[in-house]
Amino acid sequence: MTLDAVIVGSGPGGATAADVLTAAGWSVAIIEKGRNHLLDPEDLRRPAFDYSNDEIKYLTRHFLGPDPLVEPRTFRADPVDGDHTHVGEFNSVPSTVGGGGTHADGKVPRFMPDDFRVHSLLGPQPDADVADWPLGYDELEPFYAEAERLIGVAGTEGANPFAGPRSAPFPMPSGAPMYGALLSSEAAVRLGYHPYPAPTAANSVPYDGRPACNNCGFCAYFGCPIHAKGDPVAMLVRAMATGRAELHAETFVSRICFEGRKATGVEVVAPDGSKQVIGARHVVVAAGAIETPRLLLLSGLDHPLVGRYLMTHYQTIVAGTLPVRTHAERGRAVTHVHDDMIVGDDDTRAAAVAAGLPWLRGGMVEHSGSGLPIMEARHYPWGEQHPHLMTNSPIRQRLWAFIMQGEDLPYPGNRVDLDPTVRDARGFPVARVTYRPGRHELAASAHYGPRLRAILKEMGAEWTAVTSSPGRGNATSPEGIPESRHNMGTVRMGADPTTSVVGPAGRLHQFDNVVVADSSVFVTSTGYGPTLTLAALAARAAHLLVGS
Amino acid sequence: MPVWLTEDEFETLSVACDRLLPPSDASPGAVAAGVPDYIDGLLGAFCVDPPKIWAGGPVSGRHGGEPSFARFHRLGALDELAWRMRIEGSRGLPEREFNGPVIGLQERYRQGLAALGDDFRQLGPQAQDQRLRSLPHVADLLFGHACEGMYGAPEYGGNRDGSGWDAIGFAGDVQPRGWTDAEVSDP
Repeated sequence: MTLDAVIVGSGPGGATAADVLTAAGWSVAIIEKGRNHLLDPEDLRRPAFDYSNDEIKYLTRHFLGPDPLVEPRTFRADPVDGDHTHVGEFNSVPSTVGGGGTHADGKVPRFMPDDFRVHSLLGPQPDADVADWPLGYDELEPFYAEAERLIGVAGTEGANPFAGPRSAPFPMPSGAPMYGALLSSEAAVRLGYHPYPAPTAANSVPYDGRPACNNCGFCAYFGCPIHAKGDPVAMLVRAMATGRAELHAETFVSRICFEGRKATGVEVVAPDGSKQVIGARHVVVAAGAIETPRLLLLSGLDHPLVGRYLMTHYQTIVAGTLPVRTHAERGRAVTHVHDDMIVGDDDTRAAAVAAGLPWLRGGMVEHSGSGLPIMEARHYPWGEQHPHLMTNSPIRQRLWAFIMQGEDLPYPGNRVDLDPTVRDARGFPVARVTYRPGRHELAASAHYGPRLRAILKEMGAEWTAVTSSPGRGNATSPEGIPESRHNMGTVRMGADPTTSVVGPAGRLHQFDNVVVADSSVFVTSTGYGPTLTLAALAARAAHLLVGS
Repeated sequence: MPVWLTEDEFETLSVACDRLLPPSDASPGAVAAGVPDYIDGLLGAFCVDPPKIWAGGPVSGRHGGEPSFARFHRLGALDELAWRMRIEGSRGLPEREFNGPVIGLQERYRQGLAALGDDFRQLGPQAQDQRLRSLPHVADLLFGHACEGMYGAPEYGGNRDGSGWDAIGFAGDVQPRGWTDAEVSDP
C-alpha cells in the first residue's frame, strides 16, 4: 500500500502537517533523523518521560542533537574567506522527535498584519530583496487560530496594542509573570513602551490531557519533564492515535526521488545504516531552514534560489545588573515582551535617514534573566574570587536582559549550500552557511541598543552592556556566527517561479506533489520567532493538500 | 579508585581543580564537591553500561516523586560514535575520521595533566595558579568541566549531595514540585 504522504521532519511544521493530514484520513510516515525522547517507544500514542531538569544533559552534552561531531555544519561570513572558516555547530535547532519545539521556551507570537506587506508599505531596501508575502494576515488568520489551538497557547487578548485581529480567544489565559519581568515591564511603561504577557506555548491550566506548567524554570533549552509545554507532543500523539501514522526515528532522508514532475517518495538511511526507499503520493518537507534546502540540493533540485535569502534574526542583547535579586530560575524563562521596536517612531525614522537607509525595523524584545548555574560559573574567572562571585551572583541572580529579535532582511548572498569537502558521519555533504548582517541590521541594532539600555537604567541597573549576535568583531571569527536559532527564508514562497521556489500553497513550483512546511518558505523574517507562523503555514498547506 | 585516570593523574587533577574552584567560608571546594570524580567519570563514561553520558528523566526524587535520574540512557549508534570520538578520539579508525583526525578528551587530559609537571602538587598555591595561567589550554579544559562537576546534577558524580547548589542557594532540579505562582511573581 502506498502511503498518502511522507513527512520529512517531526518538528512543529511536520507535526502540524501530520496532525491535519491524519485527521483527514491520510496515511503518513514521519521521518526524523534524530532520536525519539518525546513519545513512549512502547506506545507512541503516549508521551515519554526522558526529559528532566538537567543542565549537563541539555547544555553541554547535545541530548536533543544534533551532535556537531557527527552532523556538523560549516560557516563563512563571505565567499572570499574560502570554503569555510568554521566547522561544527551553526545555529542548531534540536534534531530529535519534536524538533525545535522541544527546546524552545515556547514564545509563539503571531506576525502583525503589516509584516506580510512590508515592501508595499515601506518600499525596497538597498542590497536586499524585500518582497511582500503572496498571502496576507487575513488569509492566514484562521490557521493561526487553529495552530494556537493545536499547540495550546496561553495569552492575554488586547494586551498588545500592535496585534492583529483575532477570530478566537487564546486557548488559555497567561501564566504567572516573573518578578523580574514585572520590574522591567513597569520601567518600560514609564518610558512609553507597551510590554505585554508573551503568547506562550506552556499550559497555564490543564489542556488537552496535559498538566499546567509548574514554573520549574528549566524551559529555554530544555525538554519539558511534565509535557506542559506545547512542543509538538500534542500533534504527534494525536496523529499516532489515528492509527494512520508511522514514526521512523534515527532515520535520515538522503534524497527525494523524482520521476518527471512527480516525487515518488524518499530514499532513507535506516538506523542500521541500510538504504531504503519509502514511496508516497506526496512528500512534505519540514526539516527546517538549514536542512530543508540541504535535502533539496542533495536531491538535485536546480532552482537557482534554493538556499538563498537565509535570515536568522540579528539579535541586540542588552544586559545589566540590578540591586535586587530576581530569582530568574523560577518560571517560564520569558514571560514579557514588547513590540514597539518593530513599529518604530520618529526617532527611528531619523536614525534610518542618518544611516542612509529608507527605513529600520527592529524586533520583538524579550525581557529575561538567566538562572542556570553552570553557565554562570563559566562566565566568572577561575580562582579565589570564584566562590564569592557565585554567592553574590551578579549573573544568575541580579542580571536582567533584553534580547531584541531584530528583523533580518533577505539578502541573496546569505545562503545555504552544500559544503565542498565536509561530510556527516553517514557520508553526505553537510550544509554550508554563508552569512553576514547587512547595513540595515547593523543600523537598527545600533539605534535600539541604547534605547533598551535606557529601560535597564530606569529599572535601577548598576552596570549595563550592549552587544549583538552575531558579534561585530572579526566577521570570520566564531563571533560572526549568529545564535538566534531562528533560521528562515531559504526556500522562498511567491507567486512567480523565477523569484521564488515554492508557490503560495507551499508547493515547489517545479514539482506537482512536494510541499515545504517549515520556516524555509518565509519571505521576510519579521521581528517575531517563527514557530507559530510556520505551524499555521503547515496547517494551511496540509488543508490545501486534502481539500479541507 | 578512579575509573579511567591513574591515581597519580587523579591526584594532580584534584589539586588543580581546587585551585580553579577553591573552597570558601560558604562553599565547598572542587575536591570536597567531587569535581575530580565527575571529570574521571566523563573520561571513563564507556567503562560502565549504559555509558554515563545522559542521565534519565523525569525526576531525581530530591523534590518528590520516584527517583529515576540515575538510570542513564542507552545511546543509539550515531550517538555512541559521536561520544567515542569526543572521549576516545578517532584513533585512526576510518569510521571516525570522515572529516579528519579527532583528538579525544582522554588524550587532552593525559597530556594536559602531564604538562602541569611532576612538581605541580608540591608547589605553593600561588605557584600552582601561575603554572595554570601559563597553560591556558589546560586551565580552560579543566575549568569548563569543573563548573559542570560543581553545579551539575549529582548523578553525574560531582556536586556531592548537592553541596555545590546549597552553597549558592540554587534548588537544583525542582520537578515535580516546581515553584508556586507566588514564588515566581513575588520579590
